[in-house]
Amino acid sequence: MSIDRRTLLKGLAVAGAGAVAPVEASEKYAEAPPDAVGMLYDATRCIGCQACVTACKTANNLPGNRYNPPRDLDGYTKNIIRIYEGEDESSYMKSQCMHCIDPGCANACMIGAFKKREYGIVTWDPERCIGCRYCQVACPYNIPKFQWDTGVPKIVKCELCNHIIHDPDTGTLREGAMPGCCQACPKEAVIFGKYTDLVEDAKRRIAERPERYWGPDGEPKIFGLTDGGGTQVLYLADLSFAKLGLPTLGDEGIAKQAREIQHGIYRGFIAPVALYGILGLVIWRNSRQSKKEEG
Amino acid sequence: MASHSHAQPVGGPLNKRFVTFMAIFLGVWAVVLLFRFIYGIGVVSGLTDYYPWGVWIAFDVVTGTALACGGYAIAILCYILNKGHYHPLVRPALLTSALGYSMAALAIILDVGRWWHIWRIPIGGFPDSFRYNWDSALLEVALCVMAYVGVLWIELGPAFLEKWKATSKSSALVGFATAGLKFYDKALIWIIALGVLLPTMHQSSLGTLMLLAGHKLHGLWFTPWIPLLFLISCVGMGYSVVVWESSLSSNLFKREKETSMLISLSGAMVVVVSLYLVLRLGDLIISGKTGLMFTSGWLSLVFWGEIALFAIALLILASKQRRSNFSNMLRASILLMLAGSMYRFNTYITAFQPAPGQSYFPSFLEVFITFGVIALEISLYYFIVTRYPILSGAPAEASAR
Repeated sequence: MSIDRRTLLKGLAVAGAGAVAPVEASEKYAEAPPDAVGMLYDATRCIGCQACVTACKTANNLPGNRYNPPRDLDGYTKNIIRIYEGEDESSYMKSQCMHCIDPGCANACMIGAFKKREYGIVTWDPERCIGCRYCQVACPYNIPKFQWDTGVPKIVKCELCNHIIHDPDTGTLREGAMPGCCQACPKEAVIFGKYTDLVEDAKRRIAERPERYWGPDGEPKIFGLTDGGGTQVLYLADLSFAKLGLPTLGDEGIAKQAREIQHGIYRGFIAPVALYGILGLVIWRNSRQSKKEEG
Repeated sequence: MASHSHAQPVGGPLNKRFVTFMAIFLGVWAVVLLFRFIYGIGVVSGLTDYYPWGVWIAFDVVTGTALACGGYAIAILCYILNKGHYHPLVRPALLTSALGYSMAALAIILDVGRWWHIWRIPIGGFPDSFRYNWDSALLEVALCVMAYVGVLWIELGPAFLEKWKATSKSSALVGFATAGLKFYDKALIWIIALGVLLPTMHQSSLGTLMLLAGHKLHGLWFTPWIPLLFLISCVGMGYSVVVWESSLSSNLFKREKETSMLISLSGAMVVVVSLYLVLRLGDLIISGKTGLMFTSGWLSLVFWGEIALFAIALLILASKQRRSNFSNMLRASILLMLAGSMYRFNTYITAFQPAPGQSYFPSFLEVFITFGVIALEISLYYFIVTRYPILSGAPAEASAR
């Protein structure tokens, strides 16, 4: 009897050790961090020159060249310009990481290879990545790409040229530095800046020329302001964003719901520890009973 | 552990033809794996950036561990609900569970791209350790599955210790086995409790995983209740595997069937399957998705196929008279295994629609690699039941040992 009680306490202690880390996290990413930076892509200004695609490859030291341009984001392409052609309408469209305010990839990633870091930039750390590709499942925009053609693959996606714009020694942004694509764009169709400035800029463009931009019910829309909980890369266009390949998302990020359910089940690790204790006691009682019956 | 005392090794020499076939098959498999590890996953699979998870995850891991829930289902019935007379089923169920989970772990190593970093998960990264992302359901699955593989082999430990104690020529090994068995007498309760707790945690989390797929998962499968649905259905699948396995091993190894035990277990399955169907359909109706059941094109068909498998199994089991016939019960069990597997396949692959115009179909080599994992599992099962006391029920024919 006394041994059983000791075993019980020991068991609880072991199970309890796992309980140190869980934190309440549903409000963690309610809005963009105060120092957030991002990009604004205005499809109505884009001329489809793909200079940004080449500049991105150069800035990130990725293979490929402008005479054989990639057709989609892939394990060696972090930024792409594509064209949508409808009956009597067309538009260019840029794709790269949206740098979500509440990123699904970072929520999914087991030991934090994907992280929302300084300035809200979502980065990938090769030292912490197992290559499980849950980030690809979890990204509503299908942005992270995997290198399928090598035995030592990496996950590849836009990190907002974090290595160029961000000085790791001082922790500040480098004066005048910007991501490769924004630097290369001849029409300022994609610009880099503080998130709050970009939102204001987009609103100003809409206010100045509302007829130029698409929106549901004629009300011009900034994609990313609230979509999927918001993104630090914002879009303006004169066609519906669904046609341009962006998903229709609610105002709440999917990561929030997943977190609430996961943390609801495991709040303070109380339920598993309690269940373990109860299971142990029931089994102990049952086995004592059957021993009595046997002997 | 008197209740296991009549478990005996099947004994006899290994079947030469079977061993030769498996050796050749696994040899070819090893060559294919070599290609995968040198030239990358794309060379041997149909996986894409839009469908990063295919049969290796959906079948080997998600479905495979659910089918390996025999140990879980039987442990609940035997130790928690105190149906002590199911004990002869425990060891075979534990063995298939231990093998199933070990193979799932192997499949994960084959599937992940940067497998040489796997050891960093339990320590939370390296050199910056203990930085776990507790938001990640996959972390919970990974830690739980790793722990559970260990727990299952520990639960199975007495089978190996008994054999060593009885037959080993090394006195050190006999001493170790004796001490080990004494330890089990005291600690087994808490190991079994862990063996029930861990699957409860990660089988539900295997469902939680797909919550993050969000809009990419079709509305008929996406629901906040997905963790509970995965948990309930895995109990049904685990039980079904025990029935199927009992029937198979009695045919192959000429053991007595555990018919009466299995039949009294099947009553519990009526409750489990009913609960699943009520939750699955009730949730869709209450959340206003009734229309989707009929307007989703071929996915509607897939959905009804899935529901029908569960429902037919339930109909067979519901009548006490029908389920007291072993072949009926076997039929219901096979339906239940298919139903649960289909639910998992649909959630992870069929109903996963990441972007318009994207599709996935596994390549030949991808499926071949999965077959290799299964072949390895069967080989190990055969070897272990031949050599170690797992199966109970006196051989129907006189044993020649």
